[in-house]
Amino acid sequence: MSLGRKLACVVLVLVLGASAAANWLAPGGYSRQYREATNAPPSRLHWLGTDEIGRDRFARVLYGTRISLLLAPAAALLSTLMAAFIGGLSGYLGGAWARMAMAVTDLFLSLPWLFLLITARALMPLNVSPLVSVLVTFLLLGLLGWTTASRVLCTTAGALRTSDFVRQARAAGLPGHRLFWIHVVPNLKPVLYAQFWISIPVFILSEANLGILGLGVAEPMPSWGSLLKELEGLVSVGEEPWKFVPLILLVIVVTSFQLLLSRQEEVAA
Amino acid sequence: MKSLRRKITGHALSLVATVLLGGLLSATLVRMAPGFEVDERELDPHLNAQSVQALREAKRRDHNVVRFYVSYLHRAWHGDLGTSLALGQPVRTLLLERAPLTLRLLSTGLGLAWILSLTLALSAAWLRLSIFDVVTTIVSGTFLCIPAAVLALLSVLWNVPGSLAIALIVFPRTYRYASNLLVKAYSRPHIIAARARGLGEARILFCHVVPVVTPQLLAVAGVSVSVAVGAAIPVEALCGLPGIGQLAWQSALARDLPLLVNITILVTLVTLLANSGADVIGHMVRGQEA
Repeated sequence: MSLGRKLACVVLVLVLGASAAANWLAPGGYSRQYREATNAPPSRLHWLGTDEIGRDRFARVLYGTRISLLLAPAAALLSTLMAAFIGGLSGYLGGAWARMAMAVTDLFLSLPWLFLLITARALMPLNVSPLVSVLVTFLLLGLLGWTTASRVLCTTAGALRTSDFVRQARAAGLPGHRLFWIHVVPNLKPVLYAQFWISIPVFILSEANLGILGLGVAEPMPSWGSLLKELEGLVSVGEEPWKFVPLILLVIVVTSFQLLLSRQEEVAA
Repeated sequence: MKSLRRKITGHALSLVATVLLGGLLSATLVRMAPGFEVDERELDPHLNAQSVQALREAKRRDHNVVRFYVSYLHRAWHGDLGTSLALGQPVRTLLLERAPLTLRLLSTGLGLAWILSLTLALSAAWLRLSIFDVVTTIVSGTFLCIPAAVLALLSVLWNVPGSLAIALIVFPRTYRYASNLLVKAYSRPHIIAARARGLGEARILFCHVVPVVTPQLLAVAGVSVSVAVGAAIPVEALCGLPGIGQLAWQSALARDLPLLVNITILVTLVTLLANSGADVIGHMVRGQEA
């Protein structure tokens, strides 16, 4: 493992650990308001200052990181499973099934990802409870993000369908469903793992985009998207540099995922 | 020639089918969106019972999404793209008014992104300095990890044009591919041999490298159009630019069925035309080479 990947692993473990320990590191919680200290600069009490309604920014960063880092992999898992089901199965079945699946995939891929995501999220209910908004946002990411992976899996499964060992197993009388689960799916695993890892940073960034546009996680629950929305009110970079901490953390985490990703891509290849 | 004609026909048929399906998909999404049946205009005290009834009738006509879509296509065939529910203006006028700004934004952004990508990728291939490679990889990697909406906000903060935000969103994607392609092309044995025999860099580039990388670079160019179109929504929405991206954003929030269907068809058409165009030109370049 290269130094960069080791460093990426350490960073991710540290960030995950800190967000998991948010209850101890920031016992005040993410929604408690310190009304005597609104828009306060960093201090011993509030390491990253407070927002415009007096909530501790450090606590919100920790809790927001927890939400983004837990739910982005969950959405990635959902999209990978959907891709495996739609792409893998249709590729294995071949013929009209594969053509139909690819037509649907092409339809989704012909729409730019951000356009599709923003449009679909804007059409969903916006005036909902914070928990529902979290679920809707990440569910939508999972439900819309399967297309690219599906195309790759369809091609891979199609190649496996015509491979010698699958033909031999079919000739030996192995039923279709057993053939799929025992011989095809295990061979799709490296591609599935790679697609899962590729999806995580994409979904983290997508959630951030939605949050900045006000379409992400509803207040008072924090996420990286809603934390970055604070940048909208900035007049200059030098004025309140601590407001950039969520952005810096996001860039570090996504970079760490990208570094790990190159390893997954090698495995898939 | 025959294969090219077949390719163009195939692309055209798939384009028409995908565009029509894209429109139907967006109409279905809007139809299923919560609150579609509710029309705020019904609460207007200036409207009498007959007007409210007429509004309900119009809404009922849109209830069946297939019927709505078929009637929309029939009207669109005759040049009538419908009227925006939220803005109360003909969709055709809205699109024509806003298209020039988006077109300028996208073309400038894409142009800047490609100039930057190709300049850096060529420099990396020529210089072959590991430090240059590391620096450009870090810079492009950092931009890849910043959400498009943040770049739009920063462009407002630093008072730079929105096209620069689009360029910085597209640049890391195009740079990575362009750099890999050029480095690979320059490491081909015949190019190494040509360099060793003292052939000029310009001649190597235009006679040996460009023909090899053009088809793949064209494919990346097609994809970059799709990225730029997607990025136009947050950029226009956050920078307050009255283009089609902002219109798409407003129409989705207002559940404006006629407007959103037209914008989806337009976006699908632009994306597919860019990709198909890149594919056909790439095919022609490969044909000339052969």
